[in-house]
Amino acid sequence: MSAAQEIKAVIGRGISVRGEDIDTDRIIPARYLRVVTFDGIEAHVFEDDRVALRGSAAMHPFDDTRFTGASVLVVNRNFGCGSSREHAPQAIARWGITIIVGESYSDIFFGNSGVIGLPCVTANKADVERLQAAIEQNPAAEVHVDLVAMTCAWPGGSCAITMPAAVRDAFVTGAWDTTGMLLDKFDEVRAVAARLPYVSGFVG
Amino acid sequence: MGQTLLQKVWNLHAVRQLQTGQTQLFVGLHLVHEVTTPQAFDALRERGWTVAFPNRTFATVDHIVPTTERKRPFLDVMAEGMMSALERNCRDFGVSLWNLGHANQGIVHVIGPEMGLTQPGMTIACGDSHTSTHGAFGAIAFGIGTSQVRDVLATQCLAIEPLKVRRIRVTGTLPRGVYAKDVVLAIIRQLGVRGGVGYAYEYAGEVIERMSMDERMTICNMAIEGGARVGYVNPDETTFAYMKGRPFAPQGEAFDRACAWWRSLASDRDAVYDDDVEIRADALTPVVTWGTNPGQAIGVTECMPSPQAQQASEQAGVADALSYMGFTAGAPIAGTRVDVAFIGSCTNARLSDLREAARIVKGRKVAGHVKALVVPGSEGVRAAAEREGLHEIFRAAGFEWREAGCSMCLGMNPDKLDGRQVCASSSNRNFKGRQGSPTGRTLLMSPAMVAAAAVAGEVVDVRGMVGA
Repeated sequence: MSAAQEIKAVIGRGISVRGEDIDTDRIIPARYLRVVTFDGIEAHVFEDDRVALRGSAAMHPFDDTRFTGASVLVVNRNFGCGSSREHAPQAIARWGITIIVGESYSDIFFGNSGVIGLPCVTANKADVERLQAAIEQNPAAEVHVDLVAMTCAWPGGSCAITMPAAVRDAFVTGAWDTTGMLLDKFDEVRAVAARLPYVSGFVG
Repeated sequence: MGQTLLQKVWNLHAVRQLQTGQTQLFVGLHLVHEVTTPQAFDALRERGWTVAFPNRTFATVDHIVPTTERKRPFLDVMAEGMMSALERNCRDFGVSLWNLGHANQGIVHVIGPEMGLTQPGMTIACGDSHTSTHGAFGAIAFGIGTSQVRDVLATQCLAIEPLKVRRIRVTGTLPRGVYAKDVVLAIIRQLGVRGGVGYAYEYAGEVIERMSMDERMTICNMAIEGGARVGYVNPDETTFAYMKGRPFAPQGEAFDRACAWWRSLASDRDAVYDDDVEIRADALTPVVTWGTNPGQAIGVTECMPSPQAQQASEQAGVADALSYMGFTAGAPIAGTRVDVAFIGSCTNARLSDLREAARIVKGRKVAGHVKALVVPGSEGVRAAAEREGLHEIFRAAGFEWREAGCSMCLGMNPDKLDGRQVCASSSNRNFKGRQGSPTGRTLLMSPAMVAAAAVAGEVVDVRGMVGA
């Protein structure tokens, strides 16, 4: 965990992973969870999908060298559904992605990404598909995701993006690292615990 | 205006609102296992922090443990490394660990309720998405990631977004041979795998009210498969009867006071819901998944869907799932040959699940080409099943009888599918590669349906096999 940085904008090349309901078992297969650190986990991001496409006409974008070095991942609906494994956003972030633009996310993936400083912003379906097409046609194009103006722009197009205002503000002001906040005012935590009957054993 | 249980429990545990717009929520029970916690404990070590409430934190091992040979060190050095890390972390930070060989070891979502740790009105967190299971007791239970595990260890709090509540009323009467698993698969089929995003699901209606705690746990377990991070059932007399006498439940007069408090937390009659859905139970049949997410499910008498018959946005997903599964649109699901039959997981490996499956296999034999295994949800379940002789029934039919763990639900231990094997499974996820083989195929169904498939060697309608 690093000290929280302000995240106001990301400018970088894009990479598109198309598909609805891409689950976290797809993003990082369970056999790569048999580890005690996250070091090197990015080597296995989307591994089974990548292997499945090798030898076919299609190629997984994470195997396509035209997208090497991309930092903006663009996805469709309900990305990151399934298991709560933080290994999924960790693998994506350690591969080099610093922001995700998508149609929607699972609640757990959205939270796990936010807490490690990986913003997940939302755009409508037509805009996401335009951006995906633009990236696929021109992998060298720079995508500019602006969390202050809440816009996403690329050569030949732009769109509005959304994110809950308080979450956006936390990234922009560098206040997204929650542990410090939670540790703050620990006396209030003790007070809440003290008035819960099950904590005190339902004493009469 | 009345309140839902979610609102009441949320308000009782809210410490304050954070500047992220999230609530700082006190966590009443933190359950820990070996897979999602080593990095969290290391983060505490790096900062010199302690576990804030070690007596509200309990650990066990479930995901990586072998279910046959339990000798240490494990043959899998990576699994052994995770095991040793958890042992060291629990020792260093003063957390109770129900380790291998302990009578209380088992899948974290099975032992919490079994031990009476899980109680109505609690907030519960665990680094596992199936933590929603504990909602069956009227707790609000969240699956969390490793950084949030670190937060809960260090502060006993979560920073978390408030949830809307959708009430799902299951009304009517459940037909014979149709189980809680079929109800929840039918709910996900109807509302979709993303229908619950942003919601907690409150399961209600007379069918849910008549259900045992085991059945309610099956329903809440799979809330997350419908996109809802939290699922719950209001606590009632069934809940209290289950709680009574459990090792960590309040005892004597304290139990009576607890029941009064628990009862007060149930959703008020005039509570307002963000959404309300009714599911009629009478028309339900046994449900089987045909695709690669739990919403891709059909009744056992139905046929595989055609991509062209779907909404435009769903066509590619349906075609991709059929292609992965090697199934043909329009073909019946019944008669699909299975290679493996797995009865286990936090969804369906409790005593009542094993009893129902044993009732199907009793006096029958597993088909010659099927590898069949039963993995009890906990050592407690295993011991109870053995006292009833269930293990003998399974073994006589040709099932392997294993020790407790997550096993082939996700294949993190040696129990994995091989190649493109098709598995009839009582677990919760049919994702591509979920059961340990990158090309393996999973058909989710009730434990009774798995038992029937094991015997027939193919998907069959269990309603033809359940006695009167």
